[in-house]
Amino acid sequence: MYNKNSKEHEKYLKKIKKRKRDIIITQILILVIWLLQWEITARLGWIDTFLTSSPSQIWKLFIDYAKGGHLFYHVGISVLETIVGFLIGTILGVLIAILLWWSDFLAKVLDPYLVVLNSLPKTALAPIIIIWVGAGYSGIIVTAITLSIVVTIMNVYSGFKNVDKDKIKLLETFGATKFQVLKKVVLPSSIPTIISTIKVNIGLSWVGVIVGEFLVSKAGIGYLIVYGGQVFKLDLVMMSVFILAIISAIMYQLIAFIERKLTKWQQ
Amino acid sequence: MEKKKIVEIKNISMTYHTLDGETKAIKDINLNINKGEIVSLVGPSGCGKSTLLSIIAGLIEPTKGEILIKEKKIKGPNKEVGYMFQRDHLFEWRTIIENVLIGLEIQGRVNEKQYKNAENLLDIYGLSEFKESFPRQLSGGMRQRVALIRTLIVEPDLLLLDEPFSALDYQTRLAIADEIGIILKKEGKTALMVTHDISEAISVSDRVVVLSKRPATIKDIIPINLTCPGGVRTPMKCREAPEFRYYFNQIWKELDIHV
Repeated sequence: MYNKNSKEHEKYLKKIKKRKRDIIITQILILVIWLLQWEITARLGWIDTFLTSSPSQIWKLFIDYAKGGHLFYHVGISVLETIVGFLIGTILGVLIAILLWWSDFLAKVLDPYLVVLNSLPKTALAPIIIIWVGAGYSGIIVTAITLSIVVTIMNVYSGFKNVDKDKIKLLETFGATKFQVLKKVVLPSSIPTIISTIKVNIGLSWVGVIVGEFLVSKAGIGYLIVYGGQVFKLDLVMMSVFILAIISAIMYQLIAFIERKLTKWQQ
Repeated sequence: MEKKKIVEIKNISMTYHTLDGETKAIKDINLNINKGEIVSLVGPSGCGKSTLLSIIAGLIEPTKGEILIKEKKIKGPNKEVGYMFQRDHLFEWRTIIENVLIGLEIQGRVNEKQYKNAENLLDIYGLSEFKESFPRQLSGGMRQRVALIRTLIVEPDLLLLDEPFSALDYQTRLAIADEIGIILKKEGKTALMVTHDISEAISVSDRVVVLSKRPATIKDIIPINLTCPGGVRTPMKCREAPEFRYYFNQIWKELDIHV
């Protein structure tokens, strides 16, 4: 069907490849130039490194922390808190969404409460949660859960509601039970919605964890940032922010990878 | 040959209730369908044709009346009735064979024999090479054929076709209507089809039932007897029958459509 050897086709493929490469090169270039100008202006004394730090200082600090093992301790704690909070928030959120789908009455009753909870900035609840649950990992994790759970319930539930009515009717003509409808059509057709919710939730859980750590913790990336800020060690703050960016990007890519596996039928 | 009644629609009426009041959708419909017969329902849009199909399928309960299938009153969805929709509604995340087997899966009837049967049906209808493909890789006509196999494999006594070709483009529609008409006759299936297309109704069915505007009542039942060229009754050939025009005009007049 496709003539792979034709000259024009090869030209076409080359063009596509070149464009892709150009985009990646430009992306890397932006990062390199930005870091370079930061380093150069810092060395020339054009900017105050006390306020801005510099890439080389941050790197040096990173090596020190990595060697001492402090880094992995702090990063590990934050990552663990995020993953636990994110998993519980997502799973519990999906379960509640299922419950609402199952009982229309319950969904109607809870609707105004969910709307209010959704518009409320959940970080405002963090101090209360920490007082109630405890000023340790559990308080931080619960903060992370409250951030992701309401959005999960609302998004996933509306995903369930948007499943094609005729697809459900089709299963009903075969005599399907409500549980079969859920399992065979509602859940599988909501997988794209669930995955996009998960992508949002990763970011939200990080917000919850960092806010929680700001408030109480004695360890974690949030703690490093707050501590660095208090003692005016900007290189520590900057390094923590960089690490945070890198880890959340990795987590996002991981989800994207799982998404590709689960939605093979879309490609 | 004595005709065996397979479906009895007795005194069906349906009223919808909404906050604004009530709407009478269907009034006193009586109709029997014999084994191996294809009956079409035509009527003005919004007259309650699809509602009637849903009632027969047991998806909604009529306000009055009852449906008997093989002399048994139907209560709720049942495996005696197969339903084919306007759109194919293949599940995009399932392969073709998995889509074909969904009905049996729901009924807990998937086994080695049925799997072989599914493969066999796909083979007969020229889809065997797409067994492991996903629906998006198939053309509209092929997808509708898969939907038919999915309905046929649970072996329903009655097939309900709810404008089964109207989502297809015109050429595909002609070809698939022809093909499905032949399949239904060959398998000796009993079918009730809702359609907007008068030609389609005449060419495929043994009888055409004309419904009135809402509340829908039966206006007329027209038995179709076509002398098809070559004596073979396929929907496409029958469009050339000399009586075709006559039936078309009769149904058109009965529909009494004023725009």
